[in-house]
Amino acid sequence: MTQASLGDSVVQKEVHAQAQNNGVAANITHTQPLWLLAEVTYRCPLHCAFCYNPTDYDKHTQNELSTEQWIQALRDARKMGAIQLGISGGEPLLRDDIEDIVIEAKKLGYYSNLITSGVGLTEKRIQAFKEGGLDHIQLSMHDITEEINNFITNTRTFELKKKVAAMIKNHGYPMVLNVVIHRYNIGHIKEILEMAEALGADYVELANTQYYGWSLVNRSQLMPLKEQIDEAERITNEFRQKVGNKMKIFFVVPDYFGNRPKKCMNGYVLPCHSARVLPNIEFPNVRDKGLEWAWKDSPAFNKYRGDDWMKEPCRSCPEKENDLGGCRCQAFLLSGDAESADPVCSLSPNHHLIEQAIEESKNPQIQAQPIIFRTDKNSKKYASGESKERVEDFHALP
Amino acid sequence: MENNIQPTDIYALAFHHRFQWEEAQNSYVILFPEGMVKLHGGAGEVIKRLDGKVSVADVVADLKATFPDAQDIEKDILGMFDLAVGKAWLRKVN
Repeated sequence: MTQASLGDSVVQKEVHAQAQNNGVAANITHTQPLWLLAEVTYRCPLHCAFCYNPTDYDKHTQNELSTEQWIQALRDARKMGAIQLGISGGEPLLRDDIEDIVIEAKKLGYYSNLITSGVGLTEKRIQAFKEGGLDHIQLSMHDITEEINNFITNTRTFELKKKVAAMIKNHGYPMVLNVVIHRYNIGHIKEILEMAEALGADYVELANTQYYGWSLVNRSQLMPLKEQIDEAERITNEFRQKVGNKMKIFFVVPDYFGNRPKKCMNGYVLPCHSARVLPNIEFPNVRDKGLEWAWKDSPAFNKYRGDDWMKEPCRSCPEKENDLGGCRCQAFLLSGDAESADPVCSLSPNHHLIEQAIEESKNPQIQAQPIIFRTDKNSKKYASGESKERVEDFHALP
Repeated sequence: MENNIQPTDIYALAFHHRFQWEEAQNSYVILFPEGMVKLHGGAGEVIKRLDGKVSVADVVADLKATFPDAQDIEKDILGMFDLAVGKAWLRKVN
């Protein structure tokens, strides 16, 4: 044991998915996956306007992996090094085999996390999860007011969420709350944090809406002002000082108001929960060649590894290692070119699209357009082409 | 030392944290909601010994006995406790 191996250098690597990666998905080492985000279903009883699931999710709800297929995927990912497991959706509790998945995760040595709206979490199920070895439950909350909770989710779930929060605490689970922040609740940050404290939250993630899927469709209606974000961050920092380590608060800064994009999955893997939007990629199916092939060898996972794919200004940019050109999905969704710089970067030739979006969100006429909620009916329209993605209007390139 | 670690203090892993050997990382790790800390060998050896009963002094003595070649490790170990308490990976038992 030497000086170098202790003290501050005790930490080779401290990984926080939430803080560093858009609040979701994976953290990746050079050669190994660490995080497996299992979106076990796209079905969901909530209709959140900011949902990042694909707008045409309805096409995929009949084609979910079976319990056995998920368990095989868990085994394969664990063999490759994955250690954190997020069981997500949609609403994972709409499946009745989460208990089996939890038991297998425990056996394999995962630190497992159920990411839920709370709808469908009963005493019986939470007890089974506890016995099965689930490590924690992340509950989404939306606001301190019933009106906004019910409006943005298009459901009556306010009271239910409070009950579920108490249930999670009663069963000795850490209380991990996730609050997606948008125009309708950003003015309530202090009250939301106070509510979290009162509920005994151990971790709170204030995830500013990022614009993918349904939230991109509703971007002008959801985007807060820059001043509101700055104020929310200030209040969060103040609150952090007050509560210290008792409640860890992550404030995920929204891309649109930063000058540089976030690194896409550390650059070593692309396929993430949004990647389905990318063009000209055939995504591997674990049913065919398995997860290890998908990770190591599939063309989809290799397409954006390294920096050979980069165009200018990224290619010669002295900062390219910091962000690896940013989010490929965002680049494609906004510019129509998945190889271009993420437009949130102030150096991107398409950065005006971001400025334009911010301006549009202040336009009362655009604001007044109705929100398109995430519903099966609306999704069918996107899936059939009856509804057009608003993003087509945004594309700068043909 | 910000957390004033005393030889008689007894620490255990914080609630909801898990310590395990991780073959893929070839090291000990601490797991907690949304995160993981990968520990150097020395730190792993310290955390491994925390069972909620042994004191900081016990850990120092045990490590000195296990690694007789290591000199002046007491300061390092206290530094490690200080960091781990500061990061809330450990909780004080006594």
